[in-house]
Amino acid sequence: MVDAVQQTWTPALAGDRAAPRGSMQRFMRRRSTTAFLMCLPLLVIIGGLVAYPALYAIYLSMLNKSQTHFIGLGNFRWLLSRDVFQMVVEQAVIFTGFAVAFKALIGLITAHLINNLPAKGQRKWRGMLLVPWVIPLALSSLGWWWLFDPTHSAFNYILEALGFGEVPWLSNPYWARFSVILVNIWYGAPFFLIMYLAALKSVPEQLYEAAAIDGASAWQKFRHITLPMMRNIIAITMLFSLIVTFANFDIVQIMTAGGPRNMTHVFATYAFMLGIRSGDIPDGAAVSLFMLPLLAVAAVFVLRGVRKRGREIG
Amino acid sequence: MASASRLTRRNVLKSAALGTAAAVAAPYVRGAYAAGTLSLGLWDHWVPGANNTLTKLCNEWGAKNKVEVKIDYITSQGEKDKLTAAAEAQAGTGHDIMSHRDWNIQVHHRVLEPLDDVAKQLIGKYGPISPVAEYLDTVRGTWHGIPATVGSQVKPCASRLDLFQKYCNVDLRDMWPADEAKYDKAKTDKWTWEMYLDCAQKLHAGGFPVGLPMGQTSDAVDWVGALFNAHGVVMVDEKDNIKVDSAETRTALEYLKKLMAVNPPEVYAWDDAGNNRWLISGKGSNIMNPPSAWAVAKRDNPTVAANVWHHPMPKGPKGRFVGQLPFSYGLWSFSKNKSAGKDLLLYISQRESVQQLVAASGGYDIPTFKSMLDFDTWKTVEPPLGTVYSYPPRGDELTSITGRPARAEVGAQIYNQAINTVMVAKFTQGNEKLDDVIKWAANELEGTLRV
Repeated sequence: MVDAVQQTWTPALAGDRAAPRGSMQRFMRRRSTTAFLMCLPLLVIIGGLVAYPALYAIYLSMLNKSQTHFIGLGNFRWLLSRDVFQMVVEQAVIFTGFAVAFKALIGLITAHLINNLPAKGQRKWRGMLLVPWVIPLALSSLGWWWLFDPTHSAFNYILEALGFGEVPWLSNPYWARFSVILVNIWYGAPFFLIMYLAALKSVPEQLYEAAAIDGASAWQKFRHITLPMMRNIIAITMLFSLIVTFANFDIVQIMTAGGPRNMTHVFATYAFMLGIRSGDIPDGAAVSLFMLPLLAVAAVFVLRGVRKRGREIG
Repeated sequence: MASASRLTRRNVLKSAALGTAAAVAAPYVRGAYAAGTLSLGLWDHWVPGANNTLTKLCNEWGAKNKVEVKIDYITSQGEKDKLTAAAEAQAGTGHDIMSHRDWNIQVHHRVLEPLDDVAKQLIGKYGPISPVAEYLDTVRGTWHGIPATVGSQVKPCASRLDLFQKYCNVDLRDMWPADEAKYDKAKTDKWTWEMYLDCAQKLHAGGFPVGLPMGQTSDAVDWVGALFNAHGVVMVDEKDNIKVDSAETRTALEYLKKLMAVNPPEVYAWDDAGNNRWLISGKGSNIMNPPSAWAVAKRDNPTVAANVWHHPMPKGPKGRFVGQLPFSYGLWSFSKNKSAGKDLLLYISQRESVQQLVAASGGYDIPTFKSMLDFDTWKTVEPPLGTVYSYPPRGDELTSITGRPARAEVGAQIYNQAINTVMVAKFTQGNEKLDDVIKWAANELEGTLRV
């Protein structure tokens, strides 16, 4: 196929050299020009929908409240001095830390369980366990909100029927934090499951057979074969989930809107409150961009590690 | 296919001159939409059919003035209306007119057309306007919004007649009859926050607590704001002085400690529908809300609805205040049809139009002109007959909004960040020390003053 393409191109290029035409025609016939033109739609989409909004958000975050003059990093310095924002940072770290850790753990366990099922039953379980991830998040958050409803919680109804007391799922700030983290884990664990399952399936069976001959235990196989072989996918999945969980909006906005006492706000909900509801767009932009440098540094290190390991394996 | 004529400077000038002469000489021909198009992004009313009346009025005006009117009704669920307004303000394009809730005129005033001419005509014709609406719609004395009837509401008491009679021995219908002329000052003066607390304690003991939200949404912010005003609490004054550390604040918070103790514990997680559901379920005896809870109860729990009476708020040392949440219309400065927009706003603000809008909403929508609070709708709605008569502010009840009297940019942040209810929740639910709570509030208020 490559040869065929080369054959098609070569005479044309040769013809170019033999009989020079207009410079525009020559330019259009260059291979790099064609490649550029074919990539152009993608570049336009990335430029318009990713680069421009990101740069515009950075620009907005450096304006004063009335967007009349440039104040550099003034909004970021200001935010760091506010009690509520410090609490938002704390809550976002707790939310993301617990959610990502448990999603990874549950994903890993369920991936192993499914991987060990007979091939016939695997597809059914895989499909069922992916359901939380497939349902639109706003819709499932609303469903969870009904289960946790402050006055008519379905969970409390069951607890009371079993003789236990009511739990203030959303009215107590600490229970509210627990509830939003739980929903995030419920939603995100299937993503880890499917990624880990794919990674598990790519581990060569011969490695396990060799380890079994050497008398390795199940834990030793997991520790010395499975985990090293999955390291790249674990790193990428964790990084992706870290970014997405830090940016979460729907779950907190629908279930608690940041309350009670601002104690469940994450960056996105707090940015929405400042930027859209209170009309302070620059402050809202600064809140939403706050984690960008930290996540960018984390991404560089994680991806460098992935590349390095990739070269070693290669 | 090639054109024989050449595009030269001489030809262009000749054509332009001929075109101008023809336009001047030709008789004025009025097409169906000769005066252009006007697009409106309006709040999607929750009362079935209420949008139709507004559409009818706009179309009537459009037909008379040869303007094509296009309306998009935008829900406030999930703040979609505010998101749309923010996007249009930032992009500098979109509808010509949008309806704005609470502080949105202040938020977008830089891209909203001054509407002094419209406001002054209306005030000249219908008299004084609600001070809260004026506060929200003007920036340094210039009107940037026109108070809308549709959506504008106040949040007085909605109480169960039977439960107040049984547990508190209070006849609310006798205290607040469906005729302002029959208000008896000796009786209404007794309806104070102290009496309210006494009733709340008795109703709690009887198993039917009052339901006062203490989250960070507008129902909570509005009733706490009314209570703060009644106690003389000022958070930030007109000159940017932070005044929250005062004897009045301490008195109000100490009072709230007692009042919140007899509310259900889940009020700290309620959104704006939480108190409605509380009343409709039959578990609650009182909420502070427009008649939306009663309207839903009419459908879902008619026995409850037949016992609900709307009446003014309790009185405090500084007066009787009710939380008001006005809606306004704003005309974007980038609108292509400003004069038509202003004319439409005038038309739908006329008494005859407002009367139709109030009737369509079953009395839920409140005009901002005191002179328009005499429509029959509030007298005829039932059951029980006259239940919403005292829903609009009557007697000595004054409207208020959390954040006032601070300058509006500051007030908007106090309101939207719910600094008052977070203060109360910290003290009553979090059991933080009073001094610490006030110190926290002062720090947050300092944040709102940043330019």
